[in-house]
Parts: sequence; C-alpha cells; structure tokens
Amino acid sequence: MRAFTRGLLGIAGFLVLWELLGRSPLLPAHALPPPSVVFGELVTQLTSPSFISHVVATVLALLIAIVIAIAIAVPSGLVLGSVPAVRHGTRAVIEFLRPIPSVALIPLALVMLGFGPETKITLAVYAALWPILFNTIYALDELDPLLVDTARVFGTGRLGVLFLVALPSALPFVLTGIRLAATTALIVMVSVELMAGSQIGIGYFIMEARSGPGRMDQVLVGTVVAGAIGVLLNNGLERVRRRWVAW
Amino acid sequence: MSNMLEVADLGHTYGDHEAIGGLSFTVRAGELVCVVGPSGCGKSTLLRTISGLVAPSRGDVSLHGSHLAVVFQDYSRSLFPWLSVQGNVEFPLRSLPRAERRARAAEALEWVGLGGAARKRPWQLSGGMQQRVAIARALAYRPSLLLMDEPFASVDAQTRFELEDLLLRVRREHDTTVLVVTHDIDESVYLGDRILVLSGSPARLVADLEVPLPAERDQVTTRTDEAFVELRSKVARLLNVGKPALDVEKWAAAERESLSETVSS
Ligand SMILES: Nc1ncnc2c1ncn2[C@@H]1O[C@H](COP(=O)(O)OP(=O)(O)OP(=O)(O)O)[C@@H](O)[C@H]1O
Ligand SMILES: [Mg+2]
Repeated sequence: MRAFTRGLLGIAGFLVLWELLGRSPLLPAHALPPPSVVFGELVTQLTSPSFISHVVATVLALLIAIVIAIAIAVPSGLVLGSVPAVRHGTRAVIEFLRPIPSVALIPLALVMLGFGPETKITLAVYAALWPILFNTIYALDELDPLLVDTARVFGTGRLGVLFLVALPSALPFVLTGIRLAATTALIVMVSVELMAGSQIGIGYFIMEARSGPGRMDQVLVGTVVAGAIGVLLNNGLERVRRRWVAW
Repeated sequence: MSNMLEVADLGHTYGDHEAIGGLSFTVRAGELVCVVGPSGCGKSTLLRTISGLVAPSRGDVSLHGSHLAVVFQDYSRSLFPWLSVQGNVEFPLRSLPRAERRARAAEALEWVGLGGAARKRPWQLSGGMQQRVAIARALAYRPSLLLMDEPFASVDAQTRFELEDLLLRVRREHDTTVLVVTHDIDESVYLGDRILVLSGSPARLVADLEVPLPAERDQVTTRTDEAFVELRSKVARLLNVGKPALDVEKWAAAERESLSETVSS
C-alpha cells in the first residue's frame, strides 16, 4: 500500500511538472500542451469511433505478433536448448541477426510486404522473437538434471521429459521473455505505424495529428495511450507469472 | 529364490577419480539389503549405475524387475516444483486411470503422514516433509525394486522409526525388493536382511553380512536384542578397517544411551 501511495505521489509530481512546463513561456506556444488539456482531449478521443479503431488495430496487431513470436520462439528454443549440435550450427547466424534493430528493417519490409498490417506484424514478431528464444534456451540450461533423472527413472521417455519436465520448468523464464518481448514489440509496432508502414493504428494517428496545423494535444493523447498499453501488458503478464508460476 | 539384481565386477571412474572399484553382489527377490560405507565412497554412484542413469565404466548390472523406483539423496531437488505434493506422487502413475492414481497417491501420502499436505507445493514444506513426499512417490509406484539413498536422513528420530517400520510393512505387503543406502549403522541392522559393507574410495565390498534377526522387527525389543548389538559392533568395526582403532565399546555405550533417550521421550 505504501509503495502504491508513493507511486501515486510520483505520478502527481510528474503531472505538476508537466503542467508547469507546458504553461511556461520557455517553450514555444502549443509545443507541449499541459496535461489538463491533453486529458480533456483524451476523454473526447475515447468516445470517438475512429480513435478507438486506431487503438484496436494496434492492440490486435500487437497480440497477433506476440502469439506468432511465442509459437516460433518457444519450440525453437526447446530444440536449440536441448540439441547442442543445432545450437552450435545456428550460433553464427543468430549472432548476426540478433543485433539488427528491427526499425532498420522497415524499408526492406515495406518493399517486400507492402503497406498492409503484415509489415508491422512481421517486424514486431522479429523483435519479439529474441527475448523469448534466449530465455527459453537459458531456461533449459538451468534445468535441474535431477528432475530429468527422476522422470527417467520412473520410465519417462525423451518426449515425456521434454513436455512434462523441461517445458514446465522453463515456464517462468519463458514468461519473463514474453513480458520483455511484448514491450519491444509495442515499440516496433508504433514505430512502423509512424513511418507510414500502415494506414491505421496509434502511430498513424500520431503522425496524422502532427501533420498540417499540428494538433500536439492529439499527438500526446496517442503517446499516453501507447504508454498505457505498454503498462497494462507488462503488469498483466507479471500478474500471470506470479499467479501461475510462483516457484 | 530368484535374483532381482545381479551386479558383477562393477566399476566406475569419474575422469581420473575411481569411485567404485569392482563390486559384485546379488540381491534376491523380496530381500531388503542395506548398503553402508564411509561418506563419499561411491554409494550414490552405485545406485545411479543400478538405476541406469549412469553407464558404469566396467562390469554389468542386470535387473530382473520391471518397475524401478528411486528415492534420491537430494530429495528436495527431485520434486517437481510446479506440481502439487499429490501431483508429484501421481507423476509415475500417469498411465493409470485417474481414480486409481488418486487413490494410490492418497494412500501413500497417508502412510507417510502427509494426508493433509496433498494440495501444497513441495517448496512450502519442511525438508523432512519433502523427504517423505519423495518416499511416498516411490511407494505409490509399487516398484519391484526400490532404491533408496539415505531416505530418512532429514526426519526426526520419532518419524524415522515410523518410516523404518512403514518400509518394512510395505515391502512385506507388496513383496518389494529394496536396496537402502544408509550412513546409520543401527538402521542398517534394524532394516536389513543383509548388509553390504563398503570400503572408502574406491568402493569395494568389505563384507556381505546376513542379519540373524527374525523377520518381525520391533523398535524397542529388536534394538536391545543381543544379535542386534553384536552385529552393530561388527559393522562399526568393519567400517573402521585400517583406521586408528576407534573405541567401539565406548561408541556402543554412547549409542545405547542416545537410543534410550529417544525411546523414553
Ligand atoms: N558427477 C560426478 N563427477 C565427478 N565426480 C563425482 C561425481 N559424482 C560423484 N563424484 C565423486 O565420486 C565419489 C563418490 O561419490 P558418491 O556421491 O557416489 O558418494 P557417496 O558414497 O554417495 O557419498 P555420501 O555418503 O556423502 O552421499 C566422490 O568422491 C565424489 O566426489
Ligand atoms: Mg550419496
């Protein structure tokens, strides 16, 4: 409760600072609308069907990307983590691909995949793969050999050990990987939308608000909502981890 | 009687460390054999080779039973933390129908006095309770050969006596063959039909002793039986081969004293 109170105080302080800065003559007029204005606009936008469809588009694409990333990274991680030959064989390729920033792939993806949602989903999947993949591999390294021995002694075969021992034992690490991946995927998703890789989504909404006369209050509404999605995802996944894999 | 386990000239070397140096013995079906030996002599390694987890460097192990269960020395690490206590006990019973699985797990947990902890997670239990979960899991499996590595090391004296008697009862009822590693000389005499005494590393067989006690054992009368006291001294003497003479008589007197304390309490 005290941590919660302190958190609220921190947020209040931040808002006050923002309000002061927004109204100060140091910044050009309308460059940084104060929170009182932004939250007023937020209420208006939340009742606007077009804004809601932007939010839904981003969230939906994000969830699809995360699910695809999990479906690719967890099985690959299980294979890479339990078959040393495959791991050594793929190490060079992975070490090359991993440091490439997903945003650097946007032009390539636009040419290859066009301006539909495929592009932003593909790039978000690419970004989300790594934390899940590496956490899964790491989890298998951490697997207690005595658990495997126990299962084997009681007549469990290789597949049984994989699904009944390795996978559940890896779950806490995998979930942490998914949580990191979700945040990364959100960043990439909104970036692609900003860079015109989409006709819809929060990033697109922000770009549109900025162009022309420049509605900075709407730009900030988009920013605040994107941040809120990140916080919700992060906390939700952390809750899932605490509730279901508390060991 | 037929043999359950035959070990022939078994040797195992880790790197350049010889852990087991040529062991040969057999265990007949239905027998309870205790293995005693100095710490680090290779007892756990012996159980790992018998259970097929480690391929021995030389020699042969032949098993004639179909179901094997092991209670590991490091019992807490052998429990699955994501499963409940009941889930852990049911783990080896996956091929059975659900109702039977439930019944067997409940029965085994009742045996070890953990009927009330079935829904807990292993890490919520004390070390001694975790050890009993591992024992319950092995017993619920109804193995033809049960290997136990210092299975009662973490429980209090009272519970230890109860678990020893439980083991004797269960193996009689289900005709289980048992190999128990223990560092407790009294326990080896109390439980065993036979005692294998091992030397320090590398482990070699120092003696293969029949226990001249009736099959029915009792915590109070058996332990004061003359044959019991005599065999205990003999095992103690064997375990100290080559070492400066340990005062066996003094040790036995101290043991007797501590025993009478636990019995009277
Ligand atoms: N995986 C391993 N790699 C290398 N050496 C090992 C390994 N396991 C055991 N040893 C060594 O082999 C010897 C026998 O070990 P083991 O665990 O079988 O002894 P133990 O009789 O069970 O000991 P304790 O009574 O302490 O349980 C020890 O010296 C130990 O250090
Ligand atoms: Mg040992």
